[in-house]
Amino acid sequence: MARLLECWLNGRDRADAVADNVLLLDYLREKVGLTGTKTGCDGGECGACTVLIDGRPALSCLTLASTVQGKHIETIEALGHEGDLSAVQRGFHEKLGSQCGYCTPGFVMATVGLLRKNPKPTDGEIMEALGGNICRCTGYVKIIEAVHHAMALQAQGVAP
Amino acid sequence: MNKPVSVHNIGGYVPMIDGPEKVSGRAKYTADIVAPGQLAGRIYRSPYAHGEIVSVDISAALAVPGVVAIVTGADCDKTFGVLPVARSEHPLARDKVRYRGEPVAAVAAIDDAAACEALRRIKLTVRELPAYFTARDALKPDAAQLHAKKPGNLERDVLFELGSIEQGFADADLVREGTYNCAEVCQNQMEMHAAVAEYDAGRDRMTVHASTQVPYYVHLMLAQILDMNMSRIRVVKPHVGGGFGCRTETLNVELIAALLARKARGTVRIVTTREETFITHRGRPETDIRLKIGMRKDGRITAVECECDQRGGAHSGYGVVTILYAGSMLYAIYDLHNVKYVGKRVLTNTPPCGAFRGHGTVDIRFAFESLVDEMARELGLDPFAVRRTNLLNAPTFTDNDLMVNSYGLPECLDWVERASGWTARRGKLGNGKGGLRKGLGMACSHYISGASKPVNWTGEPHATVKIKLDFDGSIVVLSGAADIGQGSTTILAQTVAEVLGLDLGRVRVITGDSDVVPKDNGSYSSRVTFMVGNAALDAARNLKAVLVKAAARKLDAKPEDIECLGEVYRAGAQDKGATFEEVVTEALKDSGTITVTGNYSTIPESHGGKKYRGAAIGGTMGYSYSAQVVEVTVDEDTGVVTVDKVWVAHDCGKALNRLTVEGQVQGSVWMGMGQAMSEEVGYHEGLMVTGNMLDYRVPTIQDSPPIEVGIVESNDPHGPFGAKEAGEGSLAAFLPALTAAIADAIGIRFNDLPVTPDRVFEAIEKRKRKGGSA
Repeated sequence: MARLLECWLNGRDRADAVADNVLLLDYLREKVGLTGTKTGCDGGECGACTVLIDGRPALSCLTLASTVQGKHIETIEALGHEGDLSAVQRGFHEKLGSQCGYCTPGFVMATVGLLRKNPKPTDGEIMEALGGNICRCTGYVKIIEAVHHAMALQAQGVAP
Repeated sequence: MNKPVSVHNIGGYVPMIDGPEKVSGRAKYTADIVAPGQLAGRIYRSPYAHGEIVSVDISAALAVPGVVAIVTGADCDKTFGVLPVARSEHPLARDKVRYRGEPVAAVAAIDDAAACEALRRIKLTVRELPAYFTARDALKPDAAQLHAKKPGNLERDVLFELGSIEQGFADADLVREGTYNCAEVCQNQMEMHAAVAEYDAGRDRMTVHASTQVPYYVHLMLAQILDMNMSRIRVVKPHVGGGFGCRTETLNVELIAALLARKARGTVRIVTTREETFITHRGRPETDIRLKIGMRKDGRITAVECECDQRGGAHSGYGVVTILYAGSMLYAIYDLHNVKYVGKRVLTNTPPCGAFRGHGTVDIRFAFESLVDEMARELGLDPFAVRRTNLLNAPTFTDNDLMVNSYGLPECLDWVERASGWTARRGKLGNGKGGLRKGLGMACSHYISGASKPVNWTGEPHATVKIKLDFDGSIVVLSGAADIGQGSTTILAQTVAEVLGLDLGRVRVITGDSDVVPKDNGSYSSRVTFMVGNAALDAARNLKAVLVKAAARKLDAKPEDIECLGEVYRAGAQDKGATFEEVVTEALKDSGTITVTGNYSTIPESHGGKKYRGAAIGGTMGYSYSAQVVEVTVDEDTGVVTVDKVWVAHDCGKALNRLTVEGQVQGSVWMGMGQAMSEEVGYHEGLMVTGNMLDYRVPTIQDSPPIEVGIVESNDPHGPFGAKEAGEGSLAAFLPALTAAIADAIGIRFNDLPVTPDRVFEAIEKRKRKGGSA
């Protein structure tokens, strides 16, 4: 059965008829057309679909769309400021925290969630926050550098 | 006014030019292509490991509301495969199924739910045959044959002896033998396989978007499978989420999508699940190696005897090449003579293996470096010293006729020895609390910069790049090279910008659309920087010649007197000169839109020899070299091994982009770590039981060590600006360096991979029971 889903998506109000069994991931990608959020596995294994729900990182592949009623959803498309990349996006771009780019939206959103809560995480805290995200290209070395770079940019006033 | 200067674009840390798309979610991958009216495609797969197909009943499935078309093996009697000598595979099984998960039928429906419902109603009836899940079982004399043309289930056997091992072993002071088993591993790139096929029924044209490393090979196979003229086919490669070799051949996914789209007379998107992506496979085969080495007291290797069996899976794929690489690439790293190699590539009822990063070289290198390390220990020699005793004297040709020019292995050894503090720290690391034991290990590896002969020999140049320059003054580079995340597009832009002295902002690179770009053989065997880079260099020089000629005319000077400073062309230091735009306007008067071509072909000396059948495999224009030191802590109470740090030096000839070289080297070391420590494809009666990222254990950020990279630049005489490959050569050395470090820490050497905590724990317990020191 479909119901009316009303939520706040990337700063805008949405109202869509959504079937009860639709995942938030598929709602975002197939219904809204926000394909930045990626499908990387068959459910909860890789973190590529990470979005923020009320500011907290969550796996959109394990979230039914109907459960975000009235909530604030942020995806990778919400980042950036007046066309410029955000601090976290610049971190991943400039330090090569992204190679093939497929896991990147998930890593970026998980990092944004971390830095909002904790602007100066230790390496241990970074690894814990990103421990559910799999990257197959980088070996993670440059992802950690990317997060450090993002922290520095954020400290200089670049929007997160 | 600032003095005009050429902009330098190579040798620095340059972020990828397509990075902004990737970090903003704007980069479109195949699964992101959502077109109105597009149908959902799903594949029905065999639940049987081996059987003769009696019937595929699709009548109930066709009756499901929303189903538009169903294809089965009856719709296509053609075969495909990457090697012209081994095209044994049907996109949808006909007559026989040979592994659990082999595609048998496919459905296109108005939505995914309808397609899935139809799959449940397909009825496959088979007459089951005996199935073989190990190479040993498949080789048994009375085993049923998987393929009629492959007696004994032997896909390919390789045998050569160069020099005399009898003499070599007689000359040795120490002869040792080891057996090694490396589990099957899978690329498991982050993007699951996907294809979107759009059939234009009115014009009988097919457009396929595919997540591939080889759009040209996909084009060839689509023509063959669809029995369509190639001119009616267009292949587009969108952004690709990694490949690591599993996409270096046409996969059944894109072929099935096209068959479905034609039958449905519309557009079909297939996005496979993670489990299906695993089953599509093309990973590194399970490999059994028996290795015997003879060594003199000073560490000089006098003879090598090696047997290698690979469990290839149900179809050939790249198998013939894989088993040849494993033999030929014993060479070209050390100065070896008296080598015998016996290789067997075996057909089994498991998903087909393929060309995984470090293709064919990784497991053999693990065995070789492991045994050398063990023998060095026995002879009381430092493992670095043993490698230095066996270095090649480059430039040279190996006994199997491989051409070695630049050879930075000595500098790689020096760098990791120094950076890791090897001499001062080895044996003096001390132990941690409780059962924590620390150790250091080292090893070396190498890889090719592109196979010197392409898979499809057409007589054309090995690589072609075009550059277009028009009224707008932007440099548009057209290349078929497939960027799959390794950064090849950025390297091409840097190369062209460097020659022209222009800022990268003037350069755009268009790739991956067969309607627009020149054909390219694809991204495999680490060929792109070397071969396509050289073609880009040639194209840029040709463009520069056109511009210099135009500048000479405009400035009323001789072309040889024209100095190109990127945005300014001038005749001598006092000349004010002409701007780039003025020169372009002048040049356009000759021909209108300017297009130039650049080509690259390998030289015959690089093509390997003819001393045994298949000796061309291993031939390349330049080998990369790598040395590694790995530091570990082993917890003897739990068997858990922690990699504390890796130092790796990679000879990439010349780092055109230090940022991406570091990223490639770190990524390959880390991928080697996954294979060495946790990754393993497991089967139960042929059913893959590790088809997800929890059971197939890829290291997480919390498992992963710091990896410090030293870049060694040996300046290859043929490489573009001296460059060689950077993305594969450092993978293999991690495996033996790890087991050497564990041996250094606890005195136990592991010859079977992966070295999981339960294996380590069991070995420690076994030693305790035998009364050894704990």
